[in-house]
Amino acid sequence: MTRPTPETLAHRASPATVAAAAGQTQAVASPVQTSGAGALVRSLEALGVEVAFGIPGGAILPAYDPLYDSKVRHILVRHEQGAGHAATGYAQATGKVGVCIATSGPGATNLVTPIADAYMDSVPIVAITGQVARPSIGTDAFQEADIQGITLPITKHNFLVQSAEEVPRILAEAFHLAATGRPGPVLVDIPKDVLQAQTTFTWPPALDLPGYRPTLHPHGKQIREAARLIAASRRPVLYVGGGVLKAGATDGLRRLAELTGIPVVTTLMALGAFPDSHPQHLGMPGMHGTVPAVYALQKADLLVTLGARFDDRVTGQLNSFAPDAKIVHADIDPAEIGKNRHADVPIVGDARHVIDELIAAVSAAAEGAGQYEPWWATLNDLRERYPLGYDEPTDGSLAPQYVIERIGELVGPDAIYVAGVGQHQMWASQFIKYEKPGTWLNSGGAGTMGYAVPAAMGAKVGKPDTAVWAIDGDGCFQMTNQELATCALEGIPVKIAVINNGNLGMVRQWQTLFYEGRYSNTELGTHKHRIPDFVKLAEALGCVGLRCESKDDVDKIIQQAMEINDAPVVIDFTVGKDAMVWPMVAAGTSNDEIMFARDVRPAFEEDDL
Amino acid sequence: MNKHTLSVLVENKPSVLARVSGLFSRRGFNIDSLAVGETENPDVSRITIVVNADSSPLEQVTKQLNKLVNVLKIVELDPGQSVQRELLLVKVRADRAQRSQVLETVELFRAKVIDVAPDTLTIEATGNPDKLDALLRDLEPYGIKEMVQSGLVAIGRGSRSITTGPALRAA
Repeated sequence: MTRPTPETLAHRASPATVAAAAGQTQAVASPVQTSGAGALVRSLEALGVEVAFGIPGGAILPAYDPLYDSKVRHILVRHEQGAGHAATGYAQATGKVGVCIATSGPGATNLVTPIADAYMDSVPIVAITGQVARPSIGTDAFQEADIQGITLPITKHNFLVQSAEEVPRILAEAFHLAATGRPGPVLVDIPKDVLQAQTTFTWPPALDLPGYRPTLHPHGKQIREAARLIAASRRPVLYVGGGVLKAGATDGLRRLAELTGIPVVTTLMALGAFPDSHPQHLGMPGMHGTVPAVYALQKADLLVTLGARFDDRVTGQLNSFAPDAKIVHADIDPAEIGKNRHADVPIVGDARHVIDELIAAVSAAAEGAGQYEPWWATLNDLRERYPLGYDEPTDGSLAPQYVIERIGELVGPDAIYVAGVGQHQMWASQFIKYEKPGTWLNSGGAGTMGYAVPAAMGAKVGKPDTAVWAIDGDGCFQMTNQELATCALEGIPVKIAVINNGNLGMVRQWQTLFYEGRYSNTELGTHKHRIPDFVKLAEALGCVGLRCESKDDVDKIIQQAMEINDAPVVIDFTVGKDAMVWPMVAAGTSNDEIMFARDVRPAFEEDDL
Repeated sequence: MNKHTLSVLVENKPSVLARVSGLFSRRGFNIDSLAVGETENPDVSRITIVVNADSSPLEQVTKQLNKLVNVLKIVELDPGQSVQRELLLVKVRADRAQRSQVLETVELFRAKVIDVAPDTLTIEATGNPDKLDALLRDLEPYGIKEMVQSGLVAIGRGSRSITTGPALRAA
């Protein structure tokens, strides 16, 4: 183990500058003469932006001059993809809009992956990109890319700013669009000559969004119909998605669940929306969900769907999903309702209002809540027979599930956990217990490998007093670990647990199960050749590097990492390569075909119901 | 699959057409016809789109269209409750021997001759797609040298205007 040098530590932003950026600024500014770039930075300040992640370059350069004096903290990342995921992690941890900045051309296209990622997971970020000067647009100028065209299908909305006068209004609109309704990424592309042009900055601008009217309040008739179905049902399930977290509706969800006594499942995007320890929580549904959660959806007679979208990873084969269930589907986005599954009771509205009104309607209904004892008896029996678990490896290697479980135990439910994509992500969703909203960040919809390190960085910037642990894989980690240099220099002490099985583990698992063990291009060499050596790599990036290879050392090394708070820590947990994620519903098959472990189908009694 | 005519009111801004057409192509819809123009309000453009689609995927596309920030309103125009027109310009081979017969056809369809050359006539016709198909069928034997057709435009019958009537906003 080594530590960063004093010189490295001295480079960090002082806590004073960070604190100064935290406060909200005045709402009204008197008109001032400034450049388009000045208007951009003043707008960011007026919008209460504390931090932006980015990299300067030719076209965006004018904006970096006023940024130099601004109270907006700019964190200089090492790759624009890192800036985008950091903005996402920041937004997911704080609920505020995350901001990333890049220059034109390759700078902007490097943001494409995090923008697509934020779009799939409905995360409010604003991406600001430089563009070549207006007379050069369309001429294949140096570092020109049509980023507005490129990001049309992966942004909630995007803008190409045409004049310096528009800058404050468009920034205000971008933040409004990103944060309200169904949140999502918004891109603002600003040509260099617009940044350089002189303008008068005034605040606040009037928003001009005549076509944007998100529906927040649900229709009373639909709510009453939902309450009626709840009372009439015998096997209901509350199917809870990420929308409940985004709406800040977790308290309401708990009241609704306890009022009705209905079992709860939380999707990958909703972990933490309902306490894992709550007796009504059946776990996560879907491809790697718990047997009781998957079974409950399949056998339900009513799904009360709140801010979830019937994703293929949840439904499995769509036409055999929850065949007997009536569907109440509440979402803020009307396009989600009926997209994959017909909704018997469609409810358009913000999850918070929907849940509050459902509580009122269920309480007021003459029938009250339904009678669900036989349903619970079945589900409790399944919980007992098919708990989450794993087998100890027989080859003496360290079990990855054990490592993750111990991190969850020792670090506790107040920390923020950030996962990459793959086996380690699924184990982190299964073996860490989430009790609070905003404690689990991951790339759910897009499945972006490389998400964890930069997203953890963003989360830690947003929540500096909260422990932030990334659970990453050796494949994912090698995609974006350069941001650890950013973390080391900027004083962002994240913990990165690399669950290093030497392979692209999830792909390898599929090769084991579906390709007769032909391991084509999944071996990464991080075991066999120790290339790279993650401890040395960590040290080179200004972090503390630790390694753990045996079960006996796991607790000790986690505790050692927990004690280090002045530098990022990377732990190379060298684990076995043969562990698999169970349960599993193979892609494209019915949820009824769920496997509890390899070659083990759960025994569902026909007379269970 | 059925033909549907959608009238989409949008903000008159750059990139809006790309957003709308991109949405259709992304979800695998082929646009049969498309016409864009300003409305009585210069800040608002009207896009008339004809698509072949079943009602459930069409509903999804309509909802996605409604999500576009620049889209103000969507109305589906029922052919029975609306007037639907296309414009056709067609250059037909018509030498001295055939000219009078071609002119007779033009007369019959209440079309117009807008340009004359020694061996061709250029004809302008408006009408619903069925009428224009029939005209083309009748002109075909003489030899169509070139033709160009506008997208369909449509407007609801009666005194109510699209801006005051109900929108297509299924949930």
